[in-house]
Amino acid sequence: MSSPTPTRQWQRFTPFQRIVRSMLMIIGVTALVWSFKTIEIIPEFLYDAPEQAADLFVRMWPFDWAFYPKAVHEALIETFHIATLGTLLALVLAMPLAFLSARNITRSPVLNWLAQVLFVSSRSVNSLIWALLFVAIFGPGALAGVMSIAFRSIGFIGKLFGEALEEAQKGPVDALVATGAPHAVVLAKGIWPQVEPSFWSVALLRWDINIRESAVLGLVGAGGIGVALDNALSNLYWDQVGLIMAVIFVVVIIVEMITSSIRARLI
Amino acid sequence: MTGPAPPSRPAAFPANWPVRIAYAGLLVYTLYVCSILDVSLARLLSGLDHAAKLFGRMFPPNSAPDKLSLIADGMIESIQIAILSTFFGTLLSLPLGLAAARNLVPLWLASTARMVIAVCRSFHPIIISILFVKAVGFGALAGMLALVISSMGFVSKLFAEILEEISLKQIEAIRATGASFINVLIFAVVPQVIGRFIGLSVYQFDSNLRNSTMVGIVGGGGIGAALFTAYQRFDYDVVLTILLIIIALIILCEIASSRIRTVTQ
Repeated sequence: MSSPTPTRQWQRFTPFQRIVRSMLMIIGVTALVWSFKTIEIIPEFLYDAPEQAADLFVRMWPFDWAFYPKAVHEALIETFHIATLGTLLALVLAMPLAFLSARNITRSPVLNWLAQVLFVSSRSVNSLIWALLFVAIFGPGALAGVMSIAFRSIGFIGKLFGEALEEAQKGPVDALVATGAPHAVVLAKGIWPQVEPSFWSVALLRWDINIRESAVLGLVGAGGIGVALDNALSNLYWDQVGLIMAVIFVVVIIVEMITSSIRARLI
Repeated sequence: MTGPAPPSRPAAFPANWPVRIAYAGLLVYTLYVCSILDVSLARLLSGLDHAAKLFGRMFPPNSAPDKLSLIADGMIESIQIAILSTFFGTLLSLPLGLAAARNLVPLWLASTARMVIAVCRSFHPIIISILFVKAVGFGALAGMLALVISSMGFVSKLFAEILEEISLKQIEAIRATGASFINVLIFAVVPQVIGRFIGLSVYQFDSNLRNSTMVGIVGGGGIGAALFTAYQRFDYDVVLTILLIIIALIILCEIASSRIRTVTQ
């Protein structure tokens, strides 16, 4: 008669993983409860919120269509140009930094780290805050908008393009090096063709985001349709606000459809 | 005696004219836009002068105790806005994302949900904040509601895409036991997507934290109000302090969230 062999217990997580997971859960719940208890919300404001919201939409409709040719169309074109030029500038600025940040191309941890720090700082500061700084530097207008779009996008483009560079295969590079090709040719013919689709895909993705972002830059004076929105808001012309929002909605949807169809073909 | 001339070989890298024309087009566009937007070297150079003055007034960052306690209050409010908006935003994204998954629900429901998501996504959080400031008044609530809406737009869209990629075998197996739709969801769908959904939520927290530093500019609560006030009063040293704190917090949060995402996935 054999003694019963102890059945082996299978567990999905190691004890350490379980501790980490429950710690994370506890931290999450504590943070949530703390926020609920201490956030300052004035309940009186909540009582008439539905009325206020309804009032808002009543005032918005019907849109002030006459306002479109007067002020919106030109501002819309300007927004489009700000987003596009800002994206192009960001591409030019981010590309060398992305090469610096890719560990397989630049073999210097200090330079890699430096590029990463620049990317993180660029992404941490919101585009509206960049716009505040650039309005202080260049004065109100489209230039400040272009610069803030560019500086905000450097981090995004640089990080994603740097990751694409790190995934590039070594084969073509080795082949070119073996023929004695100079460094610039190795980059242009060994690495660039491998990463070109992802470069343009990242650029389009950011352009799509920038169209959205450039629509609000005008609120702090950096040009574009946000200026018209700000004027309409401060004059309490809600029918103009409604029109501008509808215009932004349509443009954003069209741009998203275009970019996603191009990106689907690129990759 | 001369040998036969070497056969001419094709160039190793032939010129790619369509691409060259496209680049030339981009260049022409850039020059055209620079001219109509009044972007010129002279303005950039005069800007450098202003920039030097601006940075001169920014340094050293202001670390007076009264300013720091003001900034701390604003930062805490921003963090609270980020936490609560992520919680409600992801919670509401669960049903919205499910309703937009074309493989699980009827087409009419999916297209309606996709319309809702498109509306949530296409407006910048700042514009949504402006509307909520009008609807519920100044303060953290307006910013929080705005970020809930933008979180719903982003998380539901990606959640719907995740749901559309799931394996249908488990669903078939659970359905074969006679399980109801709710049970199919709980036992066949949720286990396949929960890890990626949590990853998505953590990512959204990151993004909400960034945006919660900004909604204050239009009255939505958080550090943005303090930042904008300092900016309008030309207290650029306080602006720098706030910016440095924001950058530090966001870097910390980004490191933490990428760690958490590797744990959950």
